Amino acid sequence: MMNNILLMAEMDVQTWTYILVGITFTLYIGIAIWSRAGSTKDFYVAGGGVSPLANGMATAADWMSAASFISMAGIISFAGYDGAVYLMGWTGGYVLLALLLAPYLRKFGKFTVPDFIGDRYYSNTARLVGVICALIVSFTYVAGQMRGVGLVFSRFLEVDINTGVIIGMIIVLFYAVLGGMKGITYTQVAQYCVLIFAFMVPAIFISIQMTGNPIPQLGFGSTLSDGSGTYLLDKLDGLSTDLGFTEYTEGSKSTIDVFAITLALMVGTAGLPHVIVRFFTVKRVKDARKSAGLALLLIVILYSTAPAVSVFARTNMIETVSNQPYAEMPEWFKKWETTGLITFTDKNNDGIIQYVAEASKNELVVDNDIMVLANPEIAKLPNWVIALVAAGALAAALSTAAGLLLVISASVSHDLIKKMINPNISEKSELIAARLSAVVAVCVAGYFGINPPGFVAATVALAFGLAAASFFPAIILGIFYKKMNKEGAIAGMVVGITTMLFYMTKFKFGWFGGGDKADWWFGISPEGFGTVAMLINFIVSIAIMKFTKEPPQNVQDLVEDIRIPSGAGEASEH
Amino acid sequence: MTQKKDPKGYWKANIKYVLILLAIWFVVSYGAGILFKEELNTIKLGGFKLGFWFAQQGSMYVFVVLIFVYVKLMNNLDKKFGYDE
Repeated sequence: MMNNILLMAEMDVQTWTYILVGITFTLYIGIAIWSRAGSTKDFYVAGGGVSPLANGMATAADWMSAASFISMAGIISFAGYDGAVYLMGWTGGYVLLALLLAPYLRKFGKFTVPDFIGDRYYSNTARLVGVICALIVSFTYVAGQMRGVGLVFSRFLEVDINTGVIIGMIIVLFYAVLGGMKGITYTQVAQYCVLIFAFMVPAIFISIQMTGNPIPQLGFGSTLSDGSGTYLLDKLDGLSTDLGFTEYTEGSKSTIDVFAITLALMVGTAGLPHVIVRFFTVKRVKDARKSAGLALLLIVILYSTAPAVSVFARTNMIETVSNQPYAEMPEWFKKWETTGLITFTDKNNDGIIQYVAEASKNELVVDNDIMVLANPEIAKLPNWVIALVAAGALAAALSTAAGLLLVISASVSHDLIKKMINPNISEKSELIAARLSAVVAVCVAGYFGINPPGFVAATVALAFGLAAASFFPAIILGIFYKKMNKEGAIAGMVVGITTMLFYMTKFKFGWFGGGDKADWWFGISPEGFGTVAMLINFIVSIAIMKFTKEPPQNVQDLVEDIRIPSGAGEASEH
Repeated sequence: MTQKKDPKGYWKANIKYVLILLAIWFVVSYGAGILFKEELNTIKLGGFKLGFWFAQQGSMYVFVVLIFVYVKLMNNLDKKFGYDE
């Protein structure tokens, strides 16, 4: 009897998940058919006529990946104050983007970031360096998205992770290959709506449950609704210190490291090709500015809710598991145990869960990734809400994967084939090349999703560091420093990336003699080292420039021209 | 579009706006959220310690406002210099 009731409850979440995921996937495919690309311009920049609001929504969906939706709130709930590096780092970059990059790159009006690097620095070497960076950054990212898709499928639809990855691949393949940027843009608009709804609904429910305040951003600074008059954050600080953790609102990273990581993530955000390229799709320079503002507003809706979710989830989790008998754990606990994302080892054989900071006594390990996914179950929310979270997580992962795949395919078909290998290629053949590279890219991404290389987690930070160390200085100097020449920019990018790679591989993989925390330069972790590598890039670029020829007059005129907003026209080939 | 084109004046005004806004960007995030967090944490805003609030909430809200202020300023500047379209 008991089993039957449990089975029905289980079926229900699953049925709900099938229904919601089914509806959203049908929607995405419908949009893809309606908006398929007819020209390379459609394929690369959605024809260049996207409205600022649509572009803002698409940018937000493109930007908010499985990491933002699934992992971030979980990471923050374990890191406490230190989690602010992600919140500020992944939003503050949009200020740099809106004020320093987007309007000028839109005025420049080409298809890709390596396009800008190659033209501004009048050099195919510079273009090639740009292509390589774009490929490394994008592949690193996309592998992580595919893992997210697999995770959601395996937990909520109870299919094998690999099957989940393959289903995800087919969907992305369908609309990215058919629709190019145009298909992706309008699917991302729909995906933004799905993911933000799916993130907000449980957050609001739980906020009301715990604090009586329906706005999560205010709720986590309110008093508990149990009538005790205690502030939620004070209670969590207390719970944390009782178990031997640092106070939640204090954090344990050094100030210089928090500073460096935040800056590296901000600058990396502003230098990521799949974000920058979105600003090529709007009509005018003023639309690029406005659209950056809208994108950030739409992103901050989720990002300001995430730290509230972290606090709710952390408090709920500690209260549910700490010092409770293992045998009495609720259903969700057992289900997540089977995925291996919760593990319990009864070290002292008392049948009680000891969840404490001290490693030798701690019996419970909880993966970051399950906090958001399990949160509605922990808070005992209705089944449809649980299913909604699954659909939202899939929307977040798929939208980002598609955006990245487009950068990869454009880098290959446009920057490599059209601009470097075969400039006489016809529009039609280039479009075929673009579609084929998208297919290959999906397969490679799927391979990494099924066989995730052990270094995926480490290389996500590497992607930001790389973007910060390479693209950001080259683009900024290209716009704001007319006399910057190709020698300076190429040297800067190469030295910047190499330094970053050296530091990451040394401290993450133990190459070049390895080392631990005590050996970090200036006490800065590999995640924050992008900041140092970026500074090195700037210094090298400017130093080399001083000793080499200034750029030709037509390039200097180009720089004058991109600083003036009028006459941007549409993104064009020539 | 009757004004005389003055790209240098336009660029100078743009740079001034950017520097002022980026100064605010720096102060709220790196200043209030990181460097002076401990000092601000002695002040409480409801259940939030102020430094913690800036780091996990306040700075993000200011970022959004900064971009929209920039949009407004630049749209006016475009009109003033005849670059509006």
